[in-house]
Amino acid sequence: MHFRFILTLMAAIATYLAANAEAKPDSVHLNEVKVVGYVAPYAEVIPAQKLTGKQLERLNSFSVADAIRYFSGVQIKDYGGVGGIKTVDIRSMGTNHMGVFYDGIQLGNAQNGQINLGKFSLDNIEEISLYNGQKSEIFQSAKDFGSAGTIYLRTRYPHFEGTKNTNLQATFRTGSFGLVNPSLRWEQKISNSVSASISTEFIYATGRYKFRYKKIFSDGTVAWDTTATRHNGDITSFRAEAGLFGLISGGRWNAKAYFYDSEKGIPGAIVNNVWKASQRQWDRNFFAQGSLQKQITGNYQLLINAKYAKDYMRYLNPDTTLMYINNKFWQQEAYISTANKFTIAKNWDVDLSADYQWNYLSSTLTEFAYPTRHTALVALATAYQWWKLKGQASILGTYVFDRSRVTNGSSVTHQSSDRHEYTPAIFLSYQPFTRYAFTVRAFYKRIFRMPTFNDLYYTDIGNAKLNPEFATQYNLGFQYHVDFASSLVSALSLRADAYYNRVTDKIIAVPKGTGQYRWMMMNIGKVKIRGIDVTAQVDFHLPEGILLNANLNYTYQKAQDYTNPADNEPGAGSYKGQIAYIPWNSGSAVVHGSYRHFDLNYSFIYVGERYHNSANIRENYEQPWYTHDISAGYDFKIGAAAIKVIAEVNNLLNQQYDVILNYPMPGRNYKLTFKINI
Amino acid sequence: MYRRIFYILSLFALAITFSACRHDEEIFIPETVNVATPEYSSLSGFYLLNEGNMGSNKCTLDYYDYSTGVYKRNIYGYANPNVPKELGDVGNDIAVYGNRLYAVINCSNKVEVMDACTTKRIGQINIPNCRFLRFKDGYAYVTSYAGPVVITPDYKQHGYVAKVDTASFAVVDTCVVGFQPDGIEIIDDKIYVANSGGYMVPNYENTVSVIDLASFKVESNITVAINLEFLCADRHGGLWISSRGDYYDTPSRLYCYDVRKQRMIASLDVPVSSMCIDGDSIYIVSTAWSNVTMSNVTSYAIVNTLTHEKVSDNFITDGTDASIVKPYGIAVNPFTQDIYVTDADNCIDPGTLYCFSATGKKKWSVRTGDIPAHFAFLGTVR
Repeated sequence: MHFRFILTLMAAIATYLAANAEAKPDSVHLNEVKVVGYVAPYAEVIPAQKLTGKQLERLNSFSVADAIRYFSGVQIKDYGGVGGIKTVDIRSMGTNHMGVFYDGIQLGNAQNGQINLGKFSLDNIEEISLYNGQKSEIFQSAKDFGSAGTIYLRTRYPHFEGTKNTNLQATFRTGSFGLVNPSLRWEQKISNSVSASISTEFIYATGRYKFRYKKIFSDGTVAWDTTATRHNGDITSFRAEAGLFGLISGGRWNAKAYFYDSEKGIPGAIVNNVWKASQRQWDRNFFAQGSLQKQITGNYQLLINAKYAKDYMRYLNPDTTLMYINNKFWQQEAYISTANKFTIAKNWDVDLSADYQWNYLSSTLTEFAYPTRHTALVALATAYQWWKLKGQASILGTYVFDRSRVTNGSSVTHQSSDRHEYTPAIFLSYQPFTRYAFTVRAFYKRIFRMPTFNDLYYTDIGNAKLNPEFATQYNLGFQYHVDFASSLVSALSLRADAYYNRVTDKIIAVPKGTGQYRWMMMNIGKVKIRGIDVTAQVDFHLPEGILLNANLNYTYQKAQDYTNPADNEPGAGSYKGQIAYIPWNSGSAVVHGSYRHFDLNYSFIYVGERYHNSANIRENYEQPWYTHDISAGYDFKIGAAAIKVIAEVNNLLNQQYDVILNYPMPGRNYKLTFKINI
Repeated sequence: MYRRIFYILSLFALAITFSACRHDEEIFIPETVNVATPEYSSLSGFYLLNEGNMGSNKCTLDYYDYSTGVYKRNIYGYANPNVPKELGDVGNDIAVYGNRLYAVINCSNKVEVMDACTTKRIGQINIPNCRFLRFKDGYAYVTSYAGPVVITPDYKQHGYVAKVDTASFAVVDTCVVGFQPDGIEIIDDKIYVANSGGYMVPNYENTVSVIDLASFKVESNITVAINLEFLCADRHGGLWISSRGDYYDTPSRLYCYDVRKQRMIASLDVPVSSMCIDGDSIYIVSTAWSNVTMSNVTSYAIVNTLTHEKVSDNFITDGTDASIVKPYGIAVNPFTQDIYVTDADNCIDPGTLYCFSATGKKKWSVRTGDIPAHFAFLGTVR
């Protein structure tokens, strides 16, 4: 009941403030309030949901995945713990439809298509933006057109104040789960046009936390109640990043190298008589990438991106009560892209982008197929603005050629046949009134995700005959923003979108043949998603220089499984049932206040009732969960050093919940951050 | 304008208010479904063990009561409300012995012992990665994959048979057998164990270990075929052995070993997912994967234990087999010869239990738990 109370309270406070404001609107002293992260309505056809620098710092978030929970339309699969896997599902289309870009270039995982966003700490991230459909800006690589939804992670770009040539930031975090997390960032101005940065981070955590499961009788008395400690959730990781940033006439460039090394325990499901797991995973990721953007002539602009990545993953199951597994995987990726933007008229741009990517996977698995994939992408896009109407259309051609070794029956045919797909997207926005920052927007996009190497070639399970999995999206919405010149409320923005998505040829595992738990990947799934995302942001400017802002998100999703029409027993069949782990209702609220050197942040996340299976029966019911997080920050200066201390309490009411069945999440936990900037 | 803001905030508050709150989870009250008219014999009913997917902790127990014709779904939690995390993760075998019900819960590393009538928990026998069990003279014999590890030079892990005193639930002796032993059968004074080698793909095991009951030592090994799974004894000294094959070129097959003459007496081209014996008939359901059609081919066969021949290709005669996705478990009522077939469907959604008459006509069907698989009759058969 707490959250209902708190939300009602929030509404009441807002009303009270509003009423008071009306009574004495003139007494408010005005300052210009710059809201971090707010995007002017017309920067792109459909602007992104964004979280930037200071907001990220306050959000009680440790990883990128924690921060993304505050976006609407997004569901996180969180297996719990510091090192736990966290993947993102946008508008219920499935994790594999999500593209994640790191400094403008996509993070790849040809093996399973999933990016573990729990792995990316916020330490070096300056901005996270989320786009439905695609970034509606045509001057981008062909891959930017290639996902159903996209998250852009932007690392910090060096800024030097005044005559400073060096910035140094040291951060130390500690708290629950035995967390020790020092990081260091060094930025150096090399010349007026070139600067460099190095960022390193170390994370160690035992990952241990108490969890509790409980059941009661219908009369409320306790049937069983058990508390235990989550084990094997430890993590040791090291990250190092180095970047060079340069300006040239009419353009800019950057180059960066990234290294990540980790060993972690995989805590596993908590089931009867098994309270510990001993599986381990090692990851080593390296990539180097560069980007160059230049205005070549008055109406021609060029963008070049290139990347090489090498990833290693080892999975070990040493548990003698289970099958011994010691698998190693090596992936490589090479990527090059050019985007060419031609300005035909003042209000008309055309872009032609072409990308090439090479992927290779090898493994210690028996009868492995050692697949190689060549992907060529060509995108033709145009943007046109006619008075208050802004439109954009693109068509993406994708050509995929797989090569793999013949293995003894490990997949049906030894390689996937060559693919070429053409997928369109249209984005429109219209501002009907000159006086109001009110825009109506709509988009249509058809896109697919290629079957991953695991889907196609994983020994025994893989099915080389798989087709791509398609997602079609329709979206209609509006955005409204208003600034108030003389009132307590300084700004208000509101956006709402209604959408309908269809996922067809969804790749799912179906049981095959004799024996237990033998699966084959098949294109048989079909999902229809109807949803509404609403976001509101209110900025208050209170007396005494107190700034207050509130961010509210609400998502409604009806994501129905249309896979098997025969399974239609009323109230029990999977046909038209809500798909696994998608709540009908979810939302978040973030309220932040600042006064001089103090910051106070309250965030609330709500995920409504769900089922862990499309058969929406009692046994498959998952309770709603909601957490309240609070953080307080104080900044001060000692000489030239700017110091910030942040204390956090997460899951304040100590709710014991699972996001994923049998993966208990931590209860109340604490974190302390010290940050020094020189 | 403030009114507008108020509306917006109220709207959010309203949206959240309409969404549900978290409550303490209640013990699951079994669902009852009236599926058939009562029938009376010395059998009072049967238990059906639903495996549940690994990690889901959704192994559940259902019960069909002949005297009422009522099917009760998911009864363990209600009968044992004080057991944390209920029955456990992945059921693999179930049997009634004396007045107790034994359920082998594979990934919970235990054999759950319950009162055969009330399913109230009496205790548990901890055996890691336990698979199948049989009884003889007050002892339970349980196969387990989790025997000693050898590195020669590759990692290999032997399986074993645990001898459990059913009075004390203590493992009194163990006998190391082949790799990943599954099915177990006891004929006269010998224990037979089907070794699969399922963890050593593609180097499957191909033997049945023979253990002398008195000394509890492996006496010999019978080479049969790769990846063995079930064992069933007929009343003529025949030990029926199913091989899963390698899922590629070597198909699943059925073999018969004469324990008296100590030789193989039959090898049949009959794929087996599950089988049970009644009188002189072996009832077999199977799902075989076809790489040609990229789909499962199901079959419902009967093999005669005297002639060693397949006498029926499809014991379902009314076309119901068309709606069964993945036949997974089978049992036959020894009095009426009613045939019970479970459909595991896609192994994620709840399954279905079908009851067919002796002539293969569907009598009733009912929704079960996830991956319905193993049966145990309650009452006296003879």
